[in-house]
Amino acid sequence: MRRGLRRAVAATAAGLAGLSLAACAPGDDAGPAGNTSCTNEITKPDATRVTLWAWYPAVEQIVDTFNAQHDDVQICWTNAGQGADEYGKFSTALEAGTGAPDVIQLESEILPTYTILDGLADLAPYGAAALEDQFPAGAWSDVSSGGSVFAVPVDGGPVGMLYRADIFSTYGVEPPTTWDEFAQAAQDLRDAGYDGYITNYATNGGAFNYALFAQAGWAPFAYDPARRDQIGIDVDTPEARHVLSYWEDLIDRGLVSSDDAFTSDYNTSLVDGSYAVYIAAAWGPGYLEGLSDADSGAEWKAAPLPQWDPANPVQVNQGGSALAVTSQATDPEAAATVAMELFDDEETWKIGVEDAGLFPLWNLALDAPWFTDRRYPFFGGQQVNRDVFLDAAAQYPGFTFSPFQVYAYDRQTMALYDMVEGDSTAADALATIQDSLVRYAEQQGFTVR
Amino acid sequence: MTSTTSAAPATAQRARPAGGRRGQSLLDTKRQWWGWLFLAPFTVVFVLFLLVPLGYAFWLSLHTKGIATGGESVFTGVANYVRVFTDADFLSGMARVGRFVLVMVPIQIGLAVAIALVLDTLATRLSKASRLLVFVPYAIPAVIGALMWGFLYSPRFGPANDVFGLFGLAAPDFLSRDLVFGSLVNIVTWQWVGYYMIIVYAALRAIDPSVYEAARLDGAGNRAIAFRIKIPMIASSMVMIVVFALIGTLQFFTEPTVLRSVAQGAIPTTYTPNMYAYSMAFSYSQFNYASTIAFALGILVFIGSYVFLYATRKQSGLK
Repeated sequence: MRRGLRRAVAATAAGLAGLSLAACAPGDDAGPAGNTSCTNEITKPDATRVTLWAWYPAVEQIVDTFNAQHDDVQICWTNAGQGADEYGKFSTALEAGTGAPDVIQLESEILPTYTILDGLADLAPYGAAALEDQFPAGAWSDVSSGGSVFAVPVDGGPVGMLYRADIFSTYGVEPPTTWDEFAQAAQDLRDAGYDGYITNYATNGGAFNYALFAQAGWAPFAYDPARRDQIGIDVDTPEARHVLSYWEDLIDRGLVSSDDAFTSDYNTSLVDGSYAVYIAAAWGPGYLEGLSDADSGAEWKAAPLPQWDPANPVQVNQGGSALAVTSQATDPEAAATVAMELFDDEETWKIGVEDAGLFPLWNLALDAPWFTDRRYPFFGGQQVNRDVFLDAAAQYPGFTFSPFQVYAYDRQTMALYDMVEGDSTAADALATIQDSLVRYAEQQGFTVR
Repeated sequence: MTSTTSAAPATAQRARPAGGRRGQSLLDTKRQWWGWLFLAPFTVVFVLFLLVPLGYAFWLSLHTKGIATGGESVFTGVANYVRVFTDADFLSGMARVGRFVLVMVPIQIGLAVAIALVLDTLATRLSKASRLLVFVPYAIPAVIGALMWGFLYSPRFGPANDVFGLFGLAAPDFLSRDLVFGSLVNIVTWQWVGYYMIIVYAALRAIDPSVYEAARLDGAGNRAIAFRIKIPMIASSMVMIVVFALIGTLQFFTEPTVLRSVAQGAIPTTYTPNMYAYSMAFSYSQFNYASTIAFALGILVFIGSYVFLYATRKQSGLK
């Protein structure tokens, strides 16, 4: 008996150890709730306090500016991680029913993921609908739906082509303006003896790959927050196949590398001349400037994104963010004030542009000469906003993301990695993504159209 | 040690006289209350942080909350379990950790035993230093160790290119799909061999040296002593470390999760069942299904450990 018991205990312990993960799933409280510690210093303790999660560079200065301008509301700011790190905490807080901040910085691609969970407050009752004409149309359509406004746009990621002018001139190749020219330039650079790659196609570049597909007219999701049980999934389209085959071909020919993005290796490759082109959103230059081991002789220039059809140019967006009020906000009205007013003056935007490297989605900044004519030392004094990004932002039409975007990106990475490893083709990859998303959506209770 | 602990209560039971039961049981009850009091600190922690969360997770696993159905939690019984055991991602993750068990456990245990046997026969200062050196990787937190190896494997920052360059070769990409398995085996082995070695070594030191003397008199050489005497005598410790290694490997999580930050393609979110459960919960907000995955994994780990303990019951002294 005793021996049997011991054996059972040993085996149970073994089993329990396996379950310990289940044990930590629900209770894990995320970060500061309510009025706990703030990273910034609050000088007006009697004012209503609004907690904020945000990861902008220079956000502390921006918060201090807001707090100095307002006597009734004060922001208590915390950096809960960038992107996915913050989303993990926010999702957990929503599940737990407590622990979320009042205001949160989110990328617009993730908004449907939280609106469907009732994680975000509609800002229309607090006067947000009236702000529509302050923002570019595409950016506004990303944060609003019907009469509802789920977030206030802050910064955007209109996509352009950053390239190494010194590499192109050394090898006597003209910077491309269309994708056909781009493929030719890739071959020409290689033929001329350039031993790097014209650019990198990262299988884990979720939003980036979406932007490239979208440029060819890809609209994978049809989703309306007012009809939450319905979704249209159309990932595997001729447009997407065309774009993905194009990259598959360049990778197969060894002209484009397929390194993972956002690793130290990749960061170094971006700036040491391994890649001649960095197709990047407007926040890309700020990212490049922060990287070490850069080529000392590098001459960066910005140009518009290459086009499929130069007669009908299409502009796309990657990333950028908005401020949303969470459903757990203790004082939604004060929180809405913060979301709407944190970035609504020039003083703040000068910090945002000059110190944080953000691209404003606020018409008054977009039209201001200090922004449009700004010369960027990184680009040898080029006025990159005027030359590239302002047009890209103005012509971006908006994009519908799915309410399970993190899952969609992960599946995309898996399928694209199979493709670049040679285990499948572009068409297979898209079909795999389509199947897995449809199955997932059905498991989640959607009627898939 | 096993025999003494189990013998004590047995004698106590036998000593209890049949008569005067009433007085005894009163004393027993009193004793039991004191016992509970002493157990209380542990019991509170055990119930609060293990049993209650486990129960809650099990409750979650029996419910389903689709994101499209208004966040309403519906009781679905074993539906989630049916789904998980037919889920290709879960099953391929299970198969992968199964392969890790087949490769990683023998390598780790073999190395640990070999090193312990060598160190056991040496009595020099060198052996003490080597013992420490082999053990040190275990003292490094798993996350730090994995991060460190991530850099060592990096094609650009790692030393592999320089080393292979000496022979005019290009270094392999340790983070590619084909090699990442071996790279992970290497990290785990590096980290855990020292720990298992210490356990085996301690067991070896506990053997009475007179046994060796007797063996020598009977004409046994060093090799015969190692394989015929030492290893059979430490069989129960061996079973224990294999169980540790087995459970640890089936729950493989930390190292692949850390390496994933530099190899998102080669290590997908479904790489191991534990990683799959983690991403289900914290990336996709699927707490119900994540609990089911965790429970399913727990059940399989339980079965695996039970089968192993049953198969080795003679060696481990459980029988």
